[in-house]
Amino acid sequence: MSAAPARERPGDPAYNFAYLDEQTKRMIRRGLLKAVAIPGYQVPFASREMPLPYGWGTGGIQVTASIIGPEDRLKVIDQGADDTTNAVSIRRFFHRVTEVETTEETADATVIQTRHRIPERDLTENQILVYQVPIPEPLRQLEPREAECRKIHAWQEYGVMHVGLYEDIARWGHIARTYDYPVMVGGRYLMAPSPIPKFDNPKMTKMAALQLFGAGREKRLYAIPPHTDVKSLDFEDHPFEVQKWDETCGLCGAEDSFLDEVILDDAGGHMYVCSDSDFCRHRRDAGHRGAMAGHEAVRVLTEQVS
Amino acid sequence: MTALSQTLPQPGFADAVFDSQACFRAVLDALARPGEIRTMTVPLTAPAPLSPAATALALTLFDQDTPVWLDAGAGSGDVPGFLAFHCGCPLVDETERAAFALISAPGAMPPLHGFAIGEDRYPETSATLVIDVPGLTGGPAVTLSGPGIATVASAAPAGLPDRFWQQMTANRALFPLGVDVILAAGAEVLGLPRTVKVEV
Repeated sequence: MSAAPARERPGDPAYNFAYLDEQTKRMIRRGLLKAVAIPGYQVPFASREMPLPYGWGTGGIQVTASIIGPEDRLKVIDQGADDTTNAVSIRRFFHRVTEVETTEETADATVIQTRHRIPERDLTENQILVYQVPIPEPLRQLEPREAECRKIHAWQEYGVMHVGLYEDIARWGHIARTYDYPVMVGGRYLMAPSPIPKFDNPKMTKMAALQLFGAGREKRLYAIPPHTDVKSLDFEDHPFEVQKWDETCGLCGAEDSFLDEVILDDAGGHMYVCSDSDFCRHRRDAGHRGAMAGHEAVRVLTEQVS
Repeated sequence: MTALSQTLPQPGFADAVFDSQACFRAVLDALARPGEIRTMTVPLTAPAPLSPAATALALTLFDQDTPVWLDAGAGSGDVPGFLAFHCGCPLVDETERAAFALISAPGAMPPLHGFAIGEDRYPETSATLVIDVPGLTGGPAVTLSGPGIATVASAAPAGLPDRFWQQMTANRALFPLGVDVILAAGAEVLGLPRTVKVEV
Protein backbone atom coordinates (compact mmCIF):
# COMPACT_ATOMS: atom_id res chain seq x y z
CA MET A 1 0.00 0.00 0.00
CA SER A 2 1.61 3.21 -1.13
CA ALA A 3 0.97 6.16 1.07
CA ALA A 4 -0.42 9.20 -0.67
CA PRO A 5 1.76 12.27 -0.26
CA ALA A 6 0.53 14.23 2.72
CA ARG A 7 -1.28 17.37 1.71
CA GLU A 8 0.07 20.67 2.85
CA ARG A 9 -2.08 21.26 5.87
CA PRO A 10 -3.45 24.77 6.20
CA GLY A 11 -4.08 26.31 9.58
CA ASP A 12 -2.30 26.35 12.91
CA PRO A 13 -0.51 22.98 13.15
CA ALA A 14 -1.36 22.76 16.85
CA TYR A 15 -4.99 22.13 15.94
CA ASN A 16 -6.92 19.89 13.61
CA PHE A 17 -8.20 21.71 10.54
CA ALA A 18 -11.10 23.95 11.68
CA TYR A 19 -10.31 23.20 15.36
CA LEU A 20 -12.84 20.41 15.98
CA ASP A 21 -11.70 16.79 15.99
CA GLU A 22 -13.00 14.55 13.22
CA GLN A 23 -15.36 12.54 15.41
CA THR A 24 -17.04 15.75 16.57
CA LYS A 25 -17.37 16.94 12.99
CA ARG A 26 -18.98 13.63 12.00
CA MET A 27 -21.48 13.92 14.85
CA ILE A 28 -22.39 17.48 13.85
CA ARG A 29 -22.50 16.58 10.17
CA ARG A 30 -24.94 13.73 10.82
CA GLY A 31 -27.06 16.16 12.84
CA LEU A 32 -27.01 18.71 10.03
CA LEU A 33 -28.19 16.13 7.48
CA LYS A 34 -31.16 15.27 9.71
CA ALA A 35 -31.80 18.98 10.30
CA VAL A 36 -32.02 19.53 6.54
CA ALA A 37 -34.36 16.54 6.20
CA ILE A 38 -36.71 17.91 8.92
CA PRO A 39 -36.87 21.66 8.19
CA GLY A 40 -37.27 23.77 11.33
CA TYR A 41 -36.91 20.88 13.79
CA GLN A 42 -34.24 21.29 16.48
CA VAL A 43 -31.82 18.36 16.38
CA PRO A 44 -29.99 17.81 19.69
CA PHE A 45 -26.21 17.55 19.41
CA ALA A 46 -23.26 17.09 21.73
CA SER A 47 -22.06 20.69 21.71
CA ARG A 48 -18.39 21.04 22.58
CA GLU A 49 -16.48 23.47 24.73
CA MET A 50 -15.06 26.08 22.40
CA PRO A 51 -12.24 28.53 23.08
CA LEU A 52 -14.73 31.31 23.79
CA PRO A 53 -17.72 31.44 26.12
CA TYR A 54 -21.22 30.29 25.35
CA GLY A 55 -23.13 33.26 24.05
CA TRP A 56 -20.33 34.31 21.75
CA GLY A 57 -21.42 32.19 18.83
CA THR A 58 -20.17 28.74 19.81
CA GLY A 59 -23.07 27.04 18.03
CA GLY A 60 -22.51 28.89 14.79
CA ILE A 61 -18.77 28.29 15.07
CA GLN A 62 -19.25 24.55 15.48
CA VAL A 63 -21.53 24.45 12.43
CA THR A 64 -19.08 26.49 10.36
CA ALA A 65 -16.16 24.35 11.54
CA SER A 66 -18.00 21.20 10.45
CA ILE A 67 -18.82 22.41 6.95
CA ILE A 68 -15.86 24.61 6.00
CA GLY A 69 -13.14 23.49 3.62
CA PRO A 70 -10.01 24.98 2.08
CA GLU A 71 -11.96 26.12 -1.00
CA ASP A 72 -14.43 28.22 0.99
CA ARG A 73 -14.46 31.97 1.40
CA LEU A 74 -15.79 32.97 4.80
CA LYS A 75 -17.65 36.12 5.78
CA VAL A 76 -18.58 36.77 9.41
CA ILE A 77 -21.02 39.46 10.46
CA ASP A 78 -22.29 40.65 13.82
CA GLN A 79 -25.38 42.91 13.69
CA GLY A 80 -24.76 43.17 9.95
CA ALA A 81 -21.24 44.51 10.23
CA ASP A 82 -17.95 42.80 9.44
CA ASP A 83 -15.94 45.03 11.75
CA THR A 84 -17.66 44.45 15.10
CA THR A 85 -15.96 42.61 17.95
CA ASN A 86 -17.67 39.24 17.65
CA ALA A 87 -17.28 39.15 13.86
CA VAL A 88 -13.61 40.12 13.97
CA SER A 89 -12.71 37.56 16.62
CA ILE A 90 -14.57 34.72 14.89
CA ARG A 91 -13.06 35.60 11.52
CA ARG A 92 -9.58 35.63 13.07
CA PHE A 93 -10.28 32.30 14.78
CA PHE A 94 -11.18 30.64 11.48
CA HIS A 95 -8.28 32.24 9.70
CA ARG A 96 -5.97 30.79 12.33
CA VAL A 97 -7.37 27.26 12.33
CA THR A 98 -8.19 26.92 8.61
CA GLU A 99 -6.35 29.67 6.71
CA VAL A 100 -9.39 29.93 4.47
CA GLU A 101 -9.81 33.14 2.59
CA THR A 102 -12.02 35.60 4.44
CA THR A 103 -13.99 38.35 2.81
CA GLU A 104 -16.31 41.21 3.65
CA GLU A 105 -17.97 40.98 0.23
CA THR A 106 -21.33 39.30 0.66
CA ALA A 107 -21.37 38.24 -3.00
CA ASP A 108 -17.94 36.56 -2.80
CA ALA A 109 -18.53 34.48 0.34
CA THR A 110 -19.43 30.79 0.15
CA VAL A 111 -20.11 30.54 3.88
CA ILE A 112 -21.52 33.47 5.85
CA GLN A 113 -21.70 33.17 9.62
CA THR A 114 -24.04 35.69 11.14
CA ARG A 115 -25.18 37.04 14.45
CA HIS A 116 -28.50 38.90 14.40
CA ARG A 117 -28.81 39.86 10.71
CA ILE A 118 -29.40 38.53 7.22
CA PRO A 119 -27.43 40.46 4.58
CA GLU A 120 -29.47 42.91 2.51
CA ARG A 121 -28.16 41.49 -0.76
CA ASP A 122 -29.99 38.37 -1.98
CA LEU A 123 -28.01 35.24 -1.24
CA THR A 124 -27.41 32.62 -3.93
CA GLU A 125 -27.59 28.87 -4.23
CA ASN A 126 -23.79 28.70 -3.91
CA GLN A 127 -23.87 30.12 -0.39
CA ILE A 128 -24.60 28.77 3.07
CA LEU A 129 -25.83 31.08 5.83
CA VAL A 130 -24.88 29.96 9.35
CA TYR A 131 -26.78 31.60 12.21
CA GLN A 132 -25.55 31.92 15.78
CA VAL A 133 -28.51 31.14 18.01
CA PRO A 134 -28.75 31.94 21.74
CA ILE A 135 -32.21 30.43 22.42
CA PRO A 136 -33.36 27.97 19.77
CA GLU A 137 -36.67 27.14 21.45
CA PRO A 138 -39.38 29.59 20.29
CA LEU A 139 -41.67 28.40 23.08
CA ARG A 140 -39.14 28.89 25.89
CA GLN A 141 -40.68 32.11 27.26
CA LEU A 142 -44.11 30.46 27.35
CA GLU A 143 -43.20 26.93 28.44
CA PRO A 144 -39.96 26.51 30.37
CA ARG A 145 -40.11 22.71 30.48
CA GLU A 146 -38.06 21.10 27.70
CA ALA A 147 -40.13 17.91 27.76
CA GLU A 148 -43.35 19.88 27.28
CA CYS A 149 -41.91 21.96 24.44
CA ARG A 150 -40.88 18.76 22.73
CA LYS A 151 -44.44 17.42 22.93
CA ILE A 152 -45.84 20.69 21.61
CA HIS A 153 -43.57 20.42 18.57
CA ALA A 154 -44.28 16.71 18.13
CA TRP A 155 -48.02 17.21 18.06
CA GLN A 156 -47.95 20.64 16.42
CA GLU A 157 -50.02 22.14 19.21
CA TYR A 158 -48.86 25.70 18.75
CA GLY A 159 -51.93 27.42 20.18
CA VAL A 160 -49.89 28.71 23.12
CA MET A 161 -47.69 30.70 20.74
CA HIS A 162 -50.70 32.36 19.15
CA VAL A 163 -52.05 33.16 22.60
CA GLY A 164 -48.71 34.76 23.43
CA LEU A 165 -48.91 36.97 20.34
CA TYR A 166 -52.56 37.74 21.01
CA GLU A 167 -51.69 38.94 24.50
CA ASP A 168 -49.41 41.50 22.83
CA ILE A 169 -52.33 42.74 20.76
CA ALA A 170 -54.60 42.87 23.81
CA ARG A 171 -52.04 44.88 25.74
CA TRP A 172 -50.47 47.14 23.12
CA GLY A 173 -52.72 46.91 20.11
CA HIS A 174 -50.09 45.22 17.98
CA ILE A 175 -47.65 42.32 18.11
CA ALA A 176 -44.80 43.91 20.02
CA ARG A 177 -41.99 41.52 19.10
CA THR A 178 -39.37 43.23 16.99
CA TYR A 179 -36.72 40.52 16.86
CA ASP A 180 -36.61 36.70 17.12
CA TYR A 181 -40.12 36.84 15.68
CA PRO A 182 -41.44 33.25 15.47
CA VAL A 183 -41.90 31.59 12.09
CA MET A 184 -43.47 28.41 10.74
CA VAL A 185 -41.14 26.42 8.53
CA GLY A 186 -42.60 24.34 5.73
CA GLY A 187 -46.01 24.61 7.37
CA ARG A 188 -44.95 22.21 10.11
CA TYR A 189 -42.41 23.37 12.70
CA LEU A 190 -42.50 26.52 14.76
CA MET A 191 -38.98 27.95 14.71
CA ALA A 192 -36.99 30.74 16.33
CA PRO A 193 -35.21 32.64 13.55
CA SER A 194 -32.54 33.69 16.10
CA PRO A 195 -32.50 37.34 17.24
CA ILE A 196 -32.60 38.80 13.74
CA PRO A 197 -34.89 41.83 13.46
CA LYS A 198 -38.30 40.91 12.10
CA PHE A 199 -37.27 43.15 9.18
CA ASP A 200 -35.21 40.15 8.02
CA ASN A 201 -37.91 37.49 8.39
CA PRO A 202 -39.23 37.86 4.83
CA LYS A 203 -35.74 37.10 3.49
CA MET A 204 -35.86 33.61 4.99
CA THR A 205 -38.68 32.31 2.85
CA LYS A 206 -37.71 30.62 -0.40
CA MET A 207 -34.11 31.77 0.05
CA ALA A 208 -31.81 30.26 -2.58
CA ALA A 209 -29.10 29.62 0.00
CA LEU A 210 -29.11 26.83 2.58
CA GLN A 211 -29.70 28.20 6.10
CA LEU A 212 -28.12 26.39 9.07
CA PHE A 213 -28.58 27.28 12.74
CA GLY A 214 -26.34 26.38 15.67
CA ALA A 215 -27.05 26.91 19.38
CA GLY A 216 -23.96 25.97 21.40
CA ARG A 217 -25.15 26.38 24.98
CA GLU A 218 -28.58 24.90 24.22
CA LYS A 219 -27.03 22.14 22.10
CA ARG A 220 -29.36 22.31 19.12
CA LEU A 221 -28.94 22.37 15.34
CA TYR A 222 -31.63 23.24 12.83
CA ALA A 223 -31.93 24.11 9.18
CA ILE A 224 -34.04 25.58 6.42
CA PRO A 225 -33.38 24.00 3.03
CA PRO A 226 -33.32 26.31 0.00
CA HIS A 227 -36.68 27.39 -1.50
CA THR A 228 -38.60 26.46 1.65
CA ASP A 229 -41.69 28.30 2.85
CA VAL A 230 -41.05 30.30 6.01
CA LYS A 231 -44.03 32.23 7.36
CA SER A 232 -43.98 34.76 10.17
CA LEU A 233 -46.88 34.11 12.54
CA ASP A 234 -49.69 36.63 12.43
CA PHE A 235 -53.46 37.04 12.49
CA GLU A 236 -55.79 37.87 9.61
CA ASP A 237 -56.68 41.21 11.21
CA HIS A 238 -53.11 41.83 12.40
CA PRO A 239 -50.93 40.87 9.44
CA PHE A 240 -47.18 40.62 9.87
CA GLU A 241 -45.33 43.85 9.14
CA VAL A 242 -41.67 44.81 9.19
CA GLN A 243 -40.05 47.87 10.72
CA LYS A 244 -39.99 51.10 8.74
CA TRP A 245 -37.97 54.26 9.29
CA ASP A 246 -38.69 57.88 8.54
CA GLU A 247 -34.95 58.39 8.25
CA THR A 248 -32.58 57.18 5.54
CA CYS A 249 -28.98 55.98 5.91
CA GLY A 250 -26.80 59.00 6.70
CA LEU A 251 -23.89 57.57 4.74
CA CYS A 252 -25.45 56.08 1.59
CA GLY A 253 -29.02 57.38 1.65
CA ALA A 254 -30.55 53.90 1.48
CA GLU A 255 -34.29 53.93 2.11
CA ASP A 256 -34.86 50.18 2.15
CA SER A 257 -32.18 48.75 4.46
CA PHE A 258 -32.19 48.00 8.18
CA LEU A 259 -30.86 51.05 10.03
CA ASP A 260 -28.88 51.36 13.25
CA GLU A 261 -28.90 54.55 15.28
CA VAL A 262 -25.42 55.94 15.94
CA ILE A 263 -24.78 58.48 18.70
CA LEU A 264 -22.35 61.14 17.48
CA ASP A 265 -21.70 63.32 20.50
CA ASP A 266 -22.83 64.13 24.03
CA ALA A 267 -25.24 66.81 22.83
CA GLY A 268 -27.88 64.52 21.40
CA GLY A 269 -26.39 64.35 17.92
CA HIS A 270 -27.22 61.10 16.18
CA MET A 271 -27.68 59.59 12.78
CA TYR A 272 -28.93 56.39 11.19
CA VAL A 273 -26.69 54.11 9.16
CA CYS A 274 -27.15 50.79 7.36
CA SER A 275 -26.60 47.90 9.70
CA ASP A 276 -25.21 45.90 6.74
CA SER A 277 -21.77 47.48 6.34
CA ASP A 278 -20.98 45.71 3.04
CA PHE A 279 -24.30 46.80 1.51
CA CYS A 280 -23.67 50.40 2.59
CA ARG A 281 -20.11 50.42 1.24
CA HIS A 282 -21.25 49.14 -2.15
CA ARG A 283 -23.88 51.86 -2.34
CA ARG A 284 -21.32 54.56 -1.44
CA ASP A 285 -18.89 53.15 -4.01
CA ALA A 286 -21.68 53.39 -6.57
CA GLY A 287 -22.01 57.09 -5.82
CA HIS A 288 -24.97 57.11 -3.45
CA ARG A 289 -24.61 59.80 -0.81
CA GLY A 290 -26.49 60.21 2.45
CA ALA A 291 -27.10 63.45 4.32
CA MET A 292 -24.06 62.92 6.56
CA ALA A 293 -21.63 61.69 3.88
CA GLY A 294 -18.29 63.43 4.10
CA HIS A 295 -19.08 64.92 7.51
CA GLU A 296 -16.08 64.90 9.84
CA ALA A 297 -18.10 63.16 12.56
CA VAL A 298 -18.66 60.07 10.41
CA ARG A 299 -15.16 59.70 8.98
CA VAL A 300 -14.39 56.86 11.39
CA LEU A 301 -17.50 54.96 10.24
CA THR A 302 -16.42 54.83 6.61
CA GLU A 303 -12.76 53.96 7.07
CA GLN A 304 -11.86 50.45 5.99
CA VAL A 305 -11.16 48.09 8.83
CA SER A 306 -8.94 45.18 8.01
CA MET B 1 2.99 -12.04 2.42
CA THR B 2 0.45 -12.67 -0.32
CA ALA B 3 -2.03 -14.14 2.12
CA LEU B 4 -1.57 -11.22 4.48
CA SER B 5 -2.03 -8.55 1.84
CA GLN B 6 -5.23 -10.21 0.67
CA THR B 7 -6.73 -9.79 4.11
CA LEU B 8 -5.78 -6.13 4.40
CA PRO B 9 -8.69 -3.78 3.90
CA GLN B 10 -8.69 -1.41 0.96
CA PRO B 11 -7.26 1.98 1.79
CA GLY B 12 -9.78 4.62 2.84
CA PHE B 13 -9.53 8.34 2.22
CA ALA B 14 -6.07 9.55 1.24
CA ASP B 15 -6.71 12.48 3.57
CA ALA B 16 -9.47 11.84 6.09
CA VAL B 17 -9.87 15.49 7.07
CA PHE B 18 -10.22 17.11 3.67
CA ASP B 19 -11.78 14.22 1.77
CA SER B 20 -14.54 13.76 4.34
CA GLN B 21 -15.20 17.52 4.32
CA ALA B 22 -15.55 17.56 0.52
CA CYS B 23 -17.82 14.51 0.56
CA PHE B 24 -19.93 15.95 3.35
CA ARG B 25 -20.53 19.17 1.45
CA ALA B 26 -21.57 17.12 -1.59
CA VAL B 27 -24.10 15.08 0.37
CA LEU B 28 -25.32 18.09 2.38
CA ASP B 29 -26.02 19.88 -0.89
CA ALA B 30 -27.61 16.78 -2.38
CA LEU B 31 -30.04 16.42 0.53
CA ALA B 32 -30.72 20.17 0.60
CA ARG B 33 -31.57 20.12 -3.14
CA PRO B 34 -33.41 16.87 -3.85
CA GLY B 35 -33.02 15.62 -7.39
CA GLU B 36 -29.77 17.46 -8.08
CA ILE B 37 -26.79 15.21 -8.70
CA ARG B 38 -23.58 15.95 -6.79
CA THR B 39 -20.17 14.39 -7.36
CA MET B 40 -17.78 13.10 -4.71
CA THR B 41 -14.55 14.33 -6.22
CA VAL B 42 -12.13 12.34 -4.06
CA PRO B 43 -10.10 9.41 -5.39
CA LEU B 44 -11.12 6.17 -3.71
CA THR B 45 -10.94 2.45 -4.31
CA ALA B 46 -14.25 1.01 -3.22
CA PRO B 47 -14.60 -2.48 -1.74
CA ALA B 48 -16.88 -4.60 -3.96
CA PRO B 49 -19.79 -4.30 -4.44
CA LEU B 50 -20.03 -0.73 -3.13
CA SER B 51 -19.77 2.30 -5.39
CA PRO B 52 -17.06 4.88 -4.64
CA ALA B 53 -19.80 7.32 -3.61
CA ALA B 54 -21.41 4.92 -1.12
CA THR B 55 -17.95 4.10 0.22
CA ALA B 56 -17.13 7.78 0.59
CA LEU B 57 -20.41 8.33 2.47
CA ALA B 58 -19.51 5.52 4.86
CA LEU B 59 -16.07 6.99 5.49
CA THR B 60 -17.59 10.45 5.97
CA LEU B 61 -20.48 9.62 8.28
CA PHE B 62 -20.06 6.23 9.99
CA ASP B 63 -18.33 5.63 13.31
CA GLN B 64 -18.80 3.87 16.64
CA ASP B 65 -22.04 5.78 17.25
CA THR B 66 -23.82 4.60 14.10
CA PRO B 67 -25.20 1.05 13.88
CA VAL B 68 -25.08 0.02 10.22
CA TRP B 69 -27.18 -2.55 8.36
CA LEU B 70 -25.76 -4.18 5.23
CA ASP B 71 -27.79 -6.01 2.60
CA ALA B 72 -26.67 -9.44 1.46
CA GLY B 73 -24.40 -8.06 -1.26
CA ALA B 74 -22.76 -5.43 0.91
CA GLY B 75 -22.56 -7.85 3.84
CA SER B 76 -20.40 -10.29 1.95
CA GLY B 77 -16.90 -9.86 0.65
CA ASP B 78 -14.67 -7.03 1.73
CA VAL B 79 -17.21 -4.50 2.98
CA PRO B 80 -17.63 -5.60 6.63
CA GLY B 81 -13.87 -5.71 7.13
CA PHE B 82 -13.48 -2.36 5.41
CA LEU B 83 -16.09 -0.73 7.66
CA ALA B 84 -14.69 -2.36 10.79
CA PHE B 85 -11.21 -1.09 10.03
CA HIS B 86 -11.98 2.43 8.79
CA CYS B 87 -15.20 3.36 10.59
CA GLY B 88 -15.44 1.08 13.63
CA CYS B 89 -19.20 1.06 13.23
CA PRO B 90 -21.25 -1.75 14.76
CA LEU B 91 -23.05 -3.92 12.20
CA VAL B 92 -26.62 -4.93 13.04
CA ASP B 93 -28.86 -7.65 11.64
CA GLU B 94 -32.18 -5.96 12.42
CA THR B 95 -33.13 -3.22 9.97
CA GLU B 96 -35.01 -1.24 12.60
CA ARG B 97 -31.86 -0.81 14.73
CA ALA B 98 -29.77 0.75 11.98
CA ALA B 99 -28.84 4.44 11.83
CA PHE B 100 -27.53 3.82 8.32
CA ALA B 101 -28.11 1.11 5.75
CA LEU B 102 -25.88 0.25 2.81
CA ILE B 103 -27.90 -1.35 0.04
CA SER B 104 -26.11 -2.75 -2.98
CA ALA B 105 -29.08 -4.53 -4.62
CA PRO B 106 -32.09 -2.16 -4.66
CA GLY B 107 -34.24 -4.73 -6.46
CA ALA B 108 -34.11 -6.96 -3.39
CA MET B 109 -34.12 -4.32 -0.67
CA PRO B 110 -36.42 -4.58 2.33
CA PRO B 111 -39.35 -2.12 2.47
CA LEU B 112 -38.51 1.41 3.62
CA HIS B 113 -40.88 1.10 6.56
CA GLY B 114 -38.76 -1.78 7.87
CA PHE B 115 -36.16 0.78 8.92
CA ALA B 116 -36.37 3.17 11.86
CA ILE B 117 -38.67 6.10 11.06
CA GLY B 118 -37.90 8.02 14.26
CA GLU B 119 -40.41 8.88 16.95
CA ASP B 120 -42.67 11.90 17.17
CA ARG B 121 -40.58 13.74 19.75
CA TYR B 122 -37.28 12.67 18.18
CA PRO B 123 -37.82 12.39 14.42
CA GLU B 124 -34.07 12.61 13.80
CA THR B 125 -33.60 9.08 15.16
CA SER B 126 -34.70 7.66 11.81
CA ALA B 127 -32.46 5.71 9.46
CA THR B 128 -30.56 7.07 6.48
CA LEU B 129 -30.44 4.61 3.58
CA VAL B 130 -27.56 4.69 1.13
CA ILE B 131 -28.70 2.82 -1.97
CA ASP B 132 -26.36 1.93 -4.82
CA VAL B 133 -28.12 2.07 -8.17
CA PRO B 134 -26.73 1.33 -11.67
CA GLY B 135 -27.03 5.01 -12.61
CA LEU B 136 -28.59 8.28 -11.44
CA THR B 137 -29.92 8.95 -14.93
CA GLY B 138 -31.46 6.81 -17.64
CA GLY B 139 -34.21 5.24 -15.54
CA PRO B 140 -37.91 6.04 -15.49
CA ALA B 141 -38.43 9.73 -14.78
CA VAL B 142 -40.17 10.94 -11.64
CA THR B 143 -41.15 14.48 -10.66
CA LEU B 144 -40.02 15.79 -7.29
CA SER B 145 -41.23 18.75 -5.24
CA GLY B 146 -40.92 19.99 -1.68
CA PRO B 147 -38.34 21.83 0.45
CA GLY B 148 -35.09 22.39 -1.43
CA ILE B 149 -36.83 22.53 -4.81
CA ALA B 150 -37.86 25.89 -6.29
CA THR B 151 -40.79 24.54 -8.32
CA VAL B 152 -40.36 20.98 -9.47
CA ALA B 153 -37.33 18.82 -10.20
CA SER B 154 -37.05 15.64 -12.15
CA ALA B 155 -34.93 12.61 -11.48
CA ALA B 156 -34.51 9.36 -13.38
CA PRO B 157 -32.38 6.98 -11.37
CA ALA B 158 -32.04 3.53 -12.88
CA GLY B 159 -32.47 0.15 -11.21
CA LEU B 160 -35.08 0.98 -8.57
CA PRO B 161 -38.14 -1.27 -8.31
CA ASP B 162 -41.55 0.35 -8.87
CA ARG B 163 -42.49 -0.31 -5.27
CA PHE B 164 -39.65 1.98 -4.15
CA TRP B 165 -41.52 5.09 -5.33
CA GLN B 166 -44.76 3.87 -3.77
CA GLN B 167 -42.88 3.43 -0.51
CA MET B 168 -41.34 6.91 -0.82
CA THR B 169 -44.86 8.34 -1.13
CA ALA B 170 -45.94 6.43 1.97
CA ASN B 171 -42.73 7.62 3.66
CA ARG B 172 -43.64 11.25 2.85
CA ALA B 173 -47.03 10.76 4.48
CA LEU B 174 -45.25 9.93 7.75
CA PHE B 175 -43.57 13.35 7.92
CA PRO B 176 -41.99 14.55 10.18
CA LEU B 177 -41.11 10.89 10.68
CA GLY B 178 -39.64 8.77 7.91
CA VAL B 179 -36.36 7.53 6.47
CA ASP B 180 -34.00 9.63 4.36
CA VAL B 181 -32.52 8.16 1.20
CA ILE B 182 -29.28 8.88 -0.61
CA LEU B 183 -28.91 7.24 -4.02
CA ALA B 184 -25.36 6.56 -5.15
CA ALA B 185 -23.84 5.53 -8.47
CA GLY B 186 -20.17 5.75 -9.37
CA ALA B 187 -18.91 8.90 -7.70
CA GLU B 188 -22.32 10.62 -7.76
CA VAL B 189 -25.08 11.04 -5.20
CA LEU B 190 -28.71 12.19 -5.31
CA GLY B 191 -30.64 13.02 -2.14
CA LEU B 192 -34.22 12.02 -1.40
CA PRO B 193 -35.00 13.36 2.08
CA ARG B 194 -38.28 12.44 3.77
CA THR B 195 -39.75 15.79 2.73
CA VAL B 196 -39.70 15.02 -0.98
CA LYS B 197 -43.00 14.55 -2.78
CA VAL B 198 -42.76 12.10 -5.67
CA GLU B 199 -44.95 11.88 -8.74
CA VAL B 200 -44.25 8.86 -10.89
